Amino acid sequence: MIKGATSSKRPPGLLAILGSKIKNLTLIAVLLCLWQYVSVAVLDSTSRVLLPPPTAIFSAAWELLSSGELLRHTRDSLKREVVAFLWATISIPIGIAMGWWRTVDQQLDPLMEMLRPIPPLAWIPLSILWFGIGDAQNQFIIFLGIFFPILLNTINGVKGIELNLIRAARCLGASEGNILWRIVVKAAMPQIVTGIRVGLGVGWMALVAAELVGANSGLGFLINDARTVLRTDYIIVGMATIGMVGLLIDQAIRELGRRLLPWSRVMGR
Amino acid sequence: MSNLTVKNVSKIYPGHSANDEPVLALDRVSFHVEDHEFCSVLGHSGCGKTTLLMMMAGFEDASEGQIMVDGKPIGKPTWQRSIVFQDYALFPWMTVQENISFGLEMKKIPLADRKEVIQKNIQLVGLSGFENRYPHQLSGGMKQRVSIARALAVDPKVLLMDEPFAALDAQNRALMQEEMGRILASSDITQRKTMIMVTHSIDEAVILSDRIVVLTRRPGRVKANVIVNLPRPRVEESPEFIALKRQIRDLIHDEFEIEA
Repeated sequence: MIKGATSSKRPPGLLAILGSKIKNLTLIAVLLCLWQYVSVAVLDSTSRVLLPPPTAIFSAAWELLSSGELLRHTRDSLKREVVAFLWATISIPIGIAMGWWRTVDQQLDPLMEMLRPIPPLAWIPLSILWFGIGDAQNQFIIFLGIFFPILLNTINGVKGIELNLIRAARCLGASEGNILWRIVVKAAMPQIVTGIRVGLGVGWMALVAAELVGANSGLGFLINDARTVLRTDYIIVGMATIGMVGLLIDQAIRELGRRLLPWSRVMGR
Repeated sequence: MSNLTVKNVSKIYPGHSANDEPVLALDRVSFHVEDHEFCSVLGHSGCGKTTLLMMMAGFEDASEGQIMVDGKPIGKPTWQRSIVFQDYALFPWMTVQENISFGLEMKKIPLADRKEVIQKNIQLVGLSGFENRYPHQLSGGMKQRVSIARALAVDPKVLLMDEPFAALDAQNRALMQEEMGRILASSDITQRKTMIMVTHSIDEAVILSDRIVVLTRRPGRVKANVIVNLPRPRVEESPEFIALKRQIRDLIHDEFEIEA
């Protein structure tokens, strides 16, 4: 009792933080145990193939890791995501131009509005015919997934800039070029980063789908390939990896945003 | 060291649709602000006083009439007429120092001189030690100090202020008015900028102004042009101060009754 009372006044120690984190994992631990029990004790050996116990999945994960296969597929997927992202950054200047100049907006907006509602996955058949099976096709699908979130967020960021900021810059002697580069682009930055976060997330989803049908490597290929040979454990390991890498990408962009834009509340702290 | 003339300025807003009557916001407003003078434009909200200030800055055109600085009609917005905004309008991605530096960079002032001007203005508004803070780390009163320092740093001919203290809480507002009065009182009259402040606060106008232009309700017309000759810094309890406040309150009050 006394110990608890004193520790509440002091900043919590490493042990206390770890303790509370572990407490939050209780439900997951219970579910894992339940899963293990059901898989081992309830299911017969044929159905167990469809739901292998967590222990089997951990050993499958170890297998895939030690053979280097998991890393290879992850690397291929990440490479596609990165290349597609680099192409998709073209949406930032386009978005700035659409947000800032009315005529650009008027011309491009109808085109974008026609293309935007088409889900990236709907482009898969056409893209296979255009690019064949492989990196180019995959990157095209991911590109579509990343492009529009960044574009829309950039446009909103530019259009949403406070009028008085522009007025302040103007009455401090800024030229039109300076206003665009030093005020508008900077002010839109938090929203552009938000767009990148959303875009990379959508791109990652699109990537897996594209790899399911149009690739010879990558995490999407891995889980689809495992299906054909009924390796459920590999499928689940692949799924978990896809989720974790997606989460890591999101965290990385968040952290980057916080570092680069310390002044922005949008990035959170 | 510049004077400003507002000559027969009207502002008419066209109606929103074809059937709407055009709205007259300002009606033939004329007054003259001398060199080094601190002039308040006082009026109820909606009397067009902010519109008038934006016209002085060059952000809006007068429908009729002319605004002149040193006898020459004004053009586009320039650092020669810098503004302090009610909502501060500080650049959130720039530190205090960088905000103040921005206008100097736009004027292409060399780095060494820039540093000196920044330091001088930071001291003037009492923000030493906060040079590297971002706006979101400052209180409202401090933000407005930065905004004032930023507008003064470019060495404008005329400093325009749009309800500069209206967004502050009562305590901070009083403090800032006092500080502004101190800056005005301590500076050599020949060094002082010509300043024009739009406000709806009678107290604020009387504490700070050499001249108070009282506007009527919409459409805004000049109701009175009062010269304030009280010594600085002003003592709010002095009989002259109170008498002047009452005089102006009556002017504004009349206006209210005409409307009602």
